[in-house]
Amino acid sequence: MSEMSPPALAPRTPTHSSTREAEPVLEIRGLNVDYGFGTEAVHAVVDCDLVLRRGQVLGLAGESGSGKSTLSMAAIRLLRSPGVITGGEVLFHPRPVEGDSSDPTIDLLRADEAELRRVRWSEISVVFQSALNALNPVITIGAQFDDLLKVHRPHLSSSERWDRGVELLEMVGMTGDRLRSYSHELSGGMRQRAMIAMALALEPQVMILDEPTTALDVVTQREILEELMGLRDRLGFAALFITHDLSLLVELADEIVVMYAGRLMERAPAASLFRAPRVPYTYGLLHCFPPMHGERKPMEGIPGSPPDLRALPSGCSFHPRCPWAMERCRKETPVLTRLDASGREAACWLHSGGATVPAELAMVDPGDRGPSAATRRVAR
Amino acid sequence: MSLTAQQAAVPPVSVAPVLEGRGLTKYFSVKHGRGIFPGTARLFAVDDVTIALAAGTVTALVGESGSGKTTVARMLAKIINPDGGAVLLDGKPVPHGRPRSYARQVQMVFQDPFASLNPIHRISYNLVRPLTIHHLGGDDLNEAVEELLRRVALEPPQQYTRKFPHELSGGQRQRVAIARALSVRPRVLLADEPVSMLDVSIRLGILNLLADLRDRDHLAILYVTHDIASARYLADTIVVMYAGQVVETAPSERLTDHPAHPYTQLLLSAAPDPDRAEPPSLAGSGAPPSLITPPSGCRFHPRCPHAMAICSTTAPPSVTVGPGHASNCWLHVDESRRVPDHPDVVAAKASSTSLRPPAAPPPIGTTQMRRTEEDRSME
Ligand SMILES: Nc1ncnc2c1ncn2[C@@H]1O[C@H](COP(=O)(O)OP(=O)(O)OP(=O)(O)O)[C@@H](O)[C@H]1O
Ligand SMILES: Nc1ncnc2c1ncn2[C@@H]1O[C@H](COP(=O)(O)OP(=O)(O)OP(=O)(O)O)[C@@H](O)[C@H]1O
Ligand code: SF4
Ligand SMILES: [Mg+2]
Ligand SMILES: [Mg+2]
Repeated sequence: MSEMSPPALAPRTPTHSSTREAEPVLEIRGLNVDYGFGTEAVHAVVDCDLVLRRGQVLGLAGESGSGKSTLSMAAIRLLRSPGVITGGEVLFHPRPVEGDSSDPTIDLLRADEAELRRVRWSEISVVFQSALNALNPVITIGAQFDDLLKVHRPHLSSSERWDRGVELLEMVGMTGDRLRSYSHELSGGMRQRAMIAMALALEPQVMILDEPTTALDVVTQREILEELMGLRDRLGFAALFITHDLSLLVELADEIVVMYAGRLMERAPAASLFRAPRVPYTYGLLHCFPPMHGERKPMEGIPGSPPDLRALPSGCSFHPRCPWAMERCRKETPVLTRLDASGREAACWLHSGGATVPAELAMVDPGDRGPSAATRRVAR
Repeated sequence: MSLTAQQAAVPPVSVAPVLEGRGLTKYFSVKHGRGIFPGTARLFAVDDVTIALAAGTVTALVGESGSGKTTVARMLAKIINPDGGAVLLDGKPVPHGRPRSYARQVQMVFQDPFASLNPIHRISYNLVRPLTIHHLGGDDLNEAVEELLRRVALEPPQQYTRKFPHELSGGQRQRVAIARALSVRPRVLLADEPVSMLDVSIRLGILNLLADLRDRDHLAILYVTHDIASARYLADTIVVMYAGQVVETAPSERLTDHPAHPYTQLLLSAAPDPDRAEPPSLAGSGAPPSLITPPSGCRFHPRCPHAMAICSTTAPPSVTVGPGHASNCWLHVDESRRVPDHPDVVAAKASSTSLRPPAAPPPIGTTQMRRTEEDRSME
């Protein structure tokens, strides 16, 4: 286990201008998750591959029920019954230890409880979707920090643990005296901040943020996100940021993955996905958020409604709602495939077998020329 | 589709409003303090709000959670009675209570479509019920029900009449809830966060339906939301609330393109906007204030980056800053006229608000509240 370092860690290398080159810290490969067994089973996550790189913010977007939480909870083995992982691997690459040439990589899906305990919270932490319930209501915030540090930082004295708690709360924009509060005495925004502080307590390399701000007001949401991104820049953790709000992700993430009915539909750098989506569902989703500027124009959203996982359409699950669906889409299921040299990926038949790509899905990719959200942040 | 270019371009004409709230005020008694003997305190949920809804327009009411939007909508629907101010229909004050004739003209649509649909009855029954209560069905109830379903774009209607609410998707349920509100042929529709609980991809469908009802049927619509981008999309006028008060009113595009009030500016600076060229810098900070002991003067002053001495002592007046555009802020007042209230006046005002007697028994609890909502929206 890594030793406690001083609060300001080694300055993070600005890797995210070229995130594609940064090394992976978490790799999800061929992940499959069902709810229930046998013929009753619902396939909530199907053949999902994700790579999270050091220092990167990876956005996972998708509508309610698309499987975002299931995917991330399965990846760290926090899935609740009747969820079952039916296949895949989740490789966690810890920071290499100097002088040790053995491969420290761990497959979380095959790790035993002891290994998992070592990794969870210290290396990979989670801010749950329902953070309001994630804090223990019967002990103070301070006592919760204390418990966590006692287990994972046994060399710290009681007063050092308290100081560390104060430091953590201050990091997320709260005052240290809040350590004496119970969670019900805090506003929603403060509870969410306390959760983030708790997730940061052991300086993890990866943070999974499942809709961390969805229940909050936009102003509070923005304050928390600004703090979070500042901390990311300072501490250098990688983040898997899950939300249904694609417009928010575009501002925040380096790279975005779009999920629909348990499958990944598209993966691209944030600016590319926003300016030049390649998959009809992404295109539709982007047109579900009315713009804040410019002329007001009628927008259509997406016809139909998201599918029921118990009765998924054949072929591409999106085909009944897709304006460009072809015969093939009704029969065969497309898989996430690399599109071109850019490294972006799409699961859509329009991009293979000589199909004509509609103009809407062939817009010029801003590629590396446009500054990503991350480089803009750094420039600030 | 109905949000025509013309609709979007023409600023709302000032026609006589169908429904108006003047000086609406509502307070709730809440437990306050801690320990074994918590006292009760008065929470000013809505304080002196004036809002007008005209036929053929959508007025959006936006603001943070707890700013009083739902309370305003409920007062307009007469689900709860105001403690101060009046509701006017066609310019005439509506008496206390909720006469049936009022319910026929003013209908409310809720965030959770389950709240207004009876889960144990089929869609047809849910729609027939208000028709028979109000003796509106005519000879052919089936035809009336199918016509309603067509109006909310549930086609073919026969496919829906025999279903139960739980057999429909969220968007379809909300359409049925709207159809049910339309069954009594109201002139005003009060929609409280009608899309917040729906999947992102189907929200626009419901907003477009509301736009259709405005354009085709000339309904006056109140659209309550915390999503300012959707308000800009749908509404002709946006009204911004902060801590129980209206701070700014303007034609939609004007409000989002040229916000005048510092709170509106803060709200816009925080809203997600992928087109933003620069990372946003928040135009203000801090959390919304307590409604039990609201800040003196301008309620926004503790968070306002422009706050001046007068802001903490005296409430700002409503200032017209453009066509159809009003903002309550001292910044719009000529410097020489920013005269603080005399301390005695400040004290008098404070005590007068806290001494106002309740006009109606305070509502008891939210569960009871909800039942009342359903019952009353039926009548
Ligand atoms: N305990 C469960 N039993 C059966 N099915 C479940 C269970 N939990 C989730 N599901 C199903 O799995 C699918 C994926 O759910 P999940 O919570 O991962 O979605 P999500 O993308 O996180 O949605 P949201 O945006 O609403 O949080 C859903 O269709 C849901 O109905
Ligand atoms: N029945 C009630 N009893 C006590 N307080 C209430 C009651 N109803 C509302 N309030 C309080 O009044 C204030 C305004 O509430 P209201 O529901 O109108 O806000 P809102 O703007 O609709 O918020 P949201 O966006 O969360 O729906 C809040 O502080 C709320 O807690
Ligand atoms: S009146 Fe003063 S405090 Fe209130 S918004 Fe205007 S400048 Fe800010
Ligand atoms: Mg989820
Ligand atoms: Mg509300």
